Amino acid sequence: MSSGVKLKIGFIPLADAAALIVAVDKGFTASEGLDVELIREVSWSNIRDKLNVGVFDAAHLIAPVAIASTLGLGHVRVPIVAPFGLGVNGNAITVSPSLNAALMEMADGDILDPMVSARALKGVVERRKARGADQLTFGMTFPFSTHNYHLRYWMAAGGVDPDEDVSLVVLPPPYMVDSLANGHVDGFCVGAPWNSVAVDLGIGVILHFVCDILQRATEKLLGVRARWAEENSDVLMRLVRAHRKAADFIEDVSNHEEVAALLTAPNRIDVASILAVPNRLDVAAEVISRTLSGRLKVSADGTVRSSDRYLMVGRKGAARPDPVQMAWLYAQMVRWGQAPLSAEHLARAKSVVRADIYDASLEGEAIDMRGEPQDHIGAFAGPAFDANDIAGYLSSLSIKRTM
Amino acid sequence: MQKPPPDASLKILVIDEDPVRLAILEAGLREAGFANVVHISNMTGLLDQVYRIDPDVILIDLENPSRDVLEQMFQVSRIVRRPIAMFVDQSDRGTIEAAVDAGVSAYIVDGLKKERVKNILDLCISRFNAFTRLQDELDRTKSALEERKVIDRAKGILMQAKGLPEEAAYALLRKTAMNEKRKIADVAQSVITASELFK
Repeated sequence: MSSGVKLKIGFIPLADAAALIVAVDKGFTASEGLDVELIREVSWSNIRDKLNVGVFDAAHLIAPVAIASTLGLGHVRVPIVAPFGLGVNGNAITVSPSLNAALMEMADGDILDPMVSARALKGVVERRKARGADQLTFGMTFPFSTHNYHLRYWMAAGGVDPDEDVSLVVLPPPYMVDSLANGHVDGFCVGAPWNSVAVDLGIGVILHFVCDILQRATEKLLGVRARWAEENSDVLMRLVRAHRKAADFIEDVSNHEEVAALLTAPNRIDVASILAVPNRLDVAAEVISRTLSGRLKVSADGTVRSSDRYLMVGRKGAARPDPVQMAWLYAQMVRWGQAPLSAEHLARAKSVVRADIYDASLEGEAIDMRGEPQDHIGAFAGPAFDANDIAGYLSSLSIKRTM
Repeated sequence: MQKPPPDASLKILVIDEDPVRLAILEAGLREAGFANVVHISNMTGLLDQVYRIDPDVILIDLENPSRDVLEQMFQVSRIVRRPIAMFVDQSDRGTIEAAVDAGVSAYIVDGLKKERVKNILDLCISRFNAFTRLQDELDRTKSALEERKVIDRAKGILMQAKGLPEEAAYALLRKTAMNEKRKIADVAQSVITASELFK
């Protein structure tokens, strides 16, 4: 065994754990003198709790969980610090073939336009209401999750009230696919590779990449306890450097095949072993490759859609954590009644990300942000985001549950 | 007759897909005087099941991915009785750590006095730890059994190939293991592998 600082890092088997897995399996952490043990977890609650009580030194965190933990929303308040972004974008909205057909029928334009699909959803919801049919149900991964906010943002833009008009339920990612297959949900928002798994099984159609709804949405962070960060500042900087190298490795197209193989190795993201009903599908490295290349099969008929923004691991400044993104997520918590609006909360949410530690670890890194949205978000509808005026931003949105 | 403890009225829900651990936990709670213990072992429509049962305390193993589903209960404003995760209080850090370490998590209905819940959680922690020890023991017994089988086969091979009596065959395995600083079972496995090659 290599000597070095022993660290335990928890992760959820999703494609955006790529930098964590590559950093360890390609030896980038070892060359920084870190002896990292990666531990696969089954739930965000576990990741949060094990990070909070110190079982983990660092963790793959869905960005809103880092904020909720820091603010003490719904749980013990444990301030979290994130000096590195593990991924921007990467989520998609998948619907059942029957909901897809209903949306197509209702669409008044190109269904690829999220405004058209959101309005079509409103139409489907109203028709069901008139018939006395059950509400549509959508799955997302956690109450404090990007998936929850992304689904809500999209539907609300089309006039669908996510709390009144549909039912949103939490589902662990491995259960998403089965739940869609047996009709417990009509659609879901989740990260890779689960959308592709649903498409490959012929039970789902990818309706939207979330990057068509929000051009730039911080997804996962490398999080540590704020106190741990203070006591281990040197180790934290080494972690940042190792993960930056991993991100560069992942973004090099010539490495995609190797990265996909590393990611699908046993105890990493070997989907077949994680699925609620195991061995139903031999998910090859090829599914992960689709995520890395942003070329995804979106329906069983083989239609492919691609985007150069699907999952960004390090390119376009994706690894440098952005306080404006934290402010946007906090604004969603306020919008949907999970948190009160206060200047203090906003400041604390922004302080979760520590671009200063990132910069100090990687002196003189040049980041190319050309073509990135001016308000850092680039939403398909609604007002431009203003991190300094959340009240004003929220006042121009009609559907909301502010406290 | 023993007086029932004041907590006997608490409705405790145990969510566990492992039937053995579930049984150990339920028995433990009943022995401790908690008469009102129910369980869920099928995760389909979990929230609806929980709402129907309407428990005061929920216990769930950490390895159950459905923990995230339970977290949704804090969000639903139309539910009158709002459960909260473990203890939303830094002073209970020791208990939370012990619970995480044992692999159990608890949710309690808001407003319930935490002293009333602490002994439930303590009991579950010790039962979870006991279950883990039991399982480790079982695993060890199983592997010891496997080793015995391997050694017996290797002995048979040596007895036949070298015309040795049983005791001498075993002594040979043991001596080789000592010389090579390996386990007898490992040497026995090598004998079996070699004999397969020479077939």
